[in-house]
Amino acid sequence: MEKINFDQLQEELYHEKLPNGLNVYILPKKGFNKTFATFTTKYGSIDNNFVPFGKEEYVKVPDGIAHFLEHKLFEKEDGDVFQQFSKQGASANAFTSFTRTAYLFSSTSDVEKNLETLVDFVQEPYFSEKTVEKEKGIIGQEITMYDDNPDWRLYFGLIQNLYQNHPVKIDIAGTIESISHITKDLLYECYNTFYHPSNMLLFIVGPVDPNKFMDQVRENQAKKDYKKMPEIQRKFEDEPLQTAEQKQILEMNVQTSKCLIGMKALHVDQTGSELLKNELTMNVLLDLLFGKSSENYNQLYTEGLIDETFSYDYTQEQGFGFAMIGGDTEKPDKLTEQLKNMLFHAKNATSFTEEQLERAKKKKIGSFLRAVNSPEYIANQFTRYAFNDMNLFDVVPTLEKITLDDVKRLASEVISEERFSVCQVIPKK
Amino acid sequence: MDSTAEKIIPMQGYNLHVIETDKYKTNTFVWKMKAPLTKEDVTKRALLPQVLQSSSAKYPTTTALRSYLDELYGATLFIDLAKKGEYQIISFTLEIANEKFLSDSTPLLKKGFELLSEVLTKPNVSGTAFDQDTVNKEKRSLKQRIQSVYDDKMRYSNVRLLQEMCKGEPYALQVNGEAEDVEAITPENLYDYYKKAFSEDEMDLYVIGDVKEEEVKSLANDLLNFEDRTPKKLESLAVQKKEKVNEIKEEQDVKQGKLNIGYRTNIIYGDSDYFALQLFNGIFGGFSHSKLFINVREKASLAYYVSSRLESHKGLMMVMSGIDLKNFDQAVGIIRDQLEAMKKGDFSDQELDQTKAVIRNQILETIDTSRGLTEILYHNVVAGKEIKLEQWITDMEKTTKEEIVAVAAKIELDTIYFLTGSEAVK
Repeated sequence: MEKINFDQLQEELYHEKLPNGLNVYILPKKGFNKTFATFTTKYGSIDNNFVPFGKEEYVKVPDGIAHFLEHKLFEKEDGDVFQQFSKQGASANAFTSFTRTAYLFSSTSDVEKNLETLVDFVQEPYFSEKTVEKEKGIIGQEITMYDDNPDWRLYFGLIQNLYQNHPVKIDIAGTIESISHITKDLLYECYNTFYHPSNMLLFIVGPVDPNKFMDQVRENQAKKDYKKMPEIQRKFEDEPLQTAEQKQILEMNVQTSKCLIGMKALHVDQTGSELLKNELTMNVLLDLLFGKSSENYNQLYTEGLIDETFSYDYTQEQGFGFAMIGGDTEKPDKLTEQLKNMLFHAKNATSFTEEQLERAKKKKIGSFLRAVNSPEYIANQFTRYAFNDMNLFDVVPTLEKITLDDVKRLASEVISEERFSVCQVIPKK
Repeated sequence: MDSTAEKIIPMQGYNLHVIETDKYKTNTFVWKMKAPLTKEDVTKRALLPQVLQSSSAKYPTTTALRSYLDELYGATLFIDLAKKGEYQIISFTLEIANEKFLSDSTPLLKKGFELLSEVLTKPNVSGTAFDQDTVNKEKRSLKQRIQSVYDDKMRYSNVRLLQEMCKGEPYALQVNGEAEDVEAITPENLYDYYKKAFSEDEMDLYVIGDVKEEEVKSLANDLLNFEDRTPKKLESLAVQKKEKVNEIKEEQDVKQGKLNIGYRTNIIYGDSDYFALQLFNGIFGGFSHSKLFINVREKASLAYYVSSRLESHKGLMMVMSGIDLKNFDQAVGIIRDQLEAMKKGDFSDQELDQTKAVIRNQILETIDTSRGLTEILYHNVVAGKEIKLEQWITDMEKTTKEEIVAVAAKIELDTIYFLTGSEAVK
């Protein structure tokens, strides 16, 4: 077990890679009641075309299957794992994203038992035709719930505008039609391919003794027999630089319109420190352009084009990425035009000052400190970073190195007409 | 639980609550203002904190104020409105980095305190009116916020349930106020209301972090002083009993129906059977091992979400679920059956023990965050009680099955609200 110190933050991280390939990390947090653990596989909604474990040909699986599998893993022959966790005073949950599926619990007592339950339930699947059919009703209601949610429709509408071929454009839960094709055998095929320990990461954060917990995990894994896993082969169709659509308008049962503009990322082959720097520089750029302390924000708010729902975000993973900016508005077309002007102005104009950059960096450093108060943030984000060969604790040193030239270069490169798109939700007439 | 030791110090016009803990990398201030919920003031109270946090005398524009917050290592300042019982509570939260984790050692606690004081006591005014432009843009934003409830059907149906269920009671008012009352607010009358609120509201300041009580007290003494006051306490209102269950179906263009059911628990925070009520709610619908989740979702596959929650100061319990339009009768039937089962004591020792373990865990987890801790401690202010956190846990854990059945007997179904699609009604 190796120990990594982060002096400025006054944190210590313990790590070990087990013989079966599983990466285990433990971060002791003194003074907290709660222990939080996540067990995550690098498998999400985009992994729908791959060579199944033990086979040679690529298969394409139904949309929404990673999320469906997440639901089904909680069910065992003798009942529901939620029951087991609550008997042990824990609250358990799971989520599926584009690139990851995570299982988690938090508890303030019986932590060893809960950790054992977490690791075992994820590593012991039980799928039957009957329970698969029953789940289709539940997930069907989850899908319908999102269908009625204008913010979700707006978000996915924009991704569908931006991407022509990449499976990021597919809704994580799939559709009622696509999940109707899911069978127990398909679930096992996905499970056997992506839930091998070498494709997974276990993170434990809380008032724990790292030696004791590492021993426990080591012992638990030694009892299980895993064959060596060849590297997983995933296939993604080529994605052009251009967007699929410039604009899309969705009419829904709402009273206030919504507008979201987006920019498709460049350099989506980046990993490691390159990706970290690019992602942080992009975040700084967006803060400078649209943060609450920016002139742009003030102007948009004063003109009545935005309200407090206004936000922006940047996401980049291997193979895809996008910046998104927008919120509720009375004038979606006017807001689109203004946001676009502001963005393209930043492409050429170089009006950012050193002072603004320093302030933006300070803001990011402070928000990182706030974030590491949260065990959930640490476990989830550390895992995401690790799957992209980055280290969460490099955020502050990397931020400190960003220069004004970096920001300007990125702005001039990434902002482009062919990668720009907008999605709006407007009241149905 | 010594990490939650709360010291309460009476100050000029408010109470200071200091919680010393070294588990965070930031320090948190929460300023709370409490007043009775009334039709007359509700909208002004919703607008006031928005205006205060948008600029101040020293930082007269949003850009200036927010730039200064960024400068303070991205200190966050945000406001929140809540209904607790028949009170409307305004909260200002300011969270700021602890400089011991930074390479720069500027003392941030004092700067944070000064900024909070600036925002609360030195607003951007000319004469006896708030800045006109600020008020105008915040009015527009408030209108939009009130309107946006309609677009989030889960929130909308909850608001509608309360409007129908609590008709004629202050609790039917929305926390963000009423759209038609926004227009009449002026920079002058809002400034008058500001004066009134700061001289009459019950006010509390929570400071949580690696701080020293004496230092916080001395800063509070220098920076925040108000007139003495006797906060208004509400008489507990007698609820008009409904003759029969109120059933409302509303038709809209939605794919999923939203079923929201309201009950009167007849028990509030501070009552001797309050912790038994918490357990009742936990067994009935509060968790993923509860009767509602097992029977509506896992057994009948009718819903993705179905749960119940309590309003502790008003004495309400609300069930919410998203179901297919055609399944209304079946879902309502199953939910009724679960309540009947509770009344008959049809739940096992295992369900009871599980629920105790989960609630204990929930409390301990909540107090791991500074905001969660503040919310738990603030229950005492709202109810005018002094219940220690330790007591929450011990009283909850010694609750018996009989006590829970006795609670179940008090619970009355009041209103069933269903937001349904147009096809289902035809």
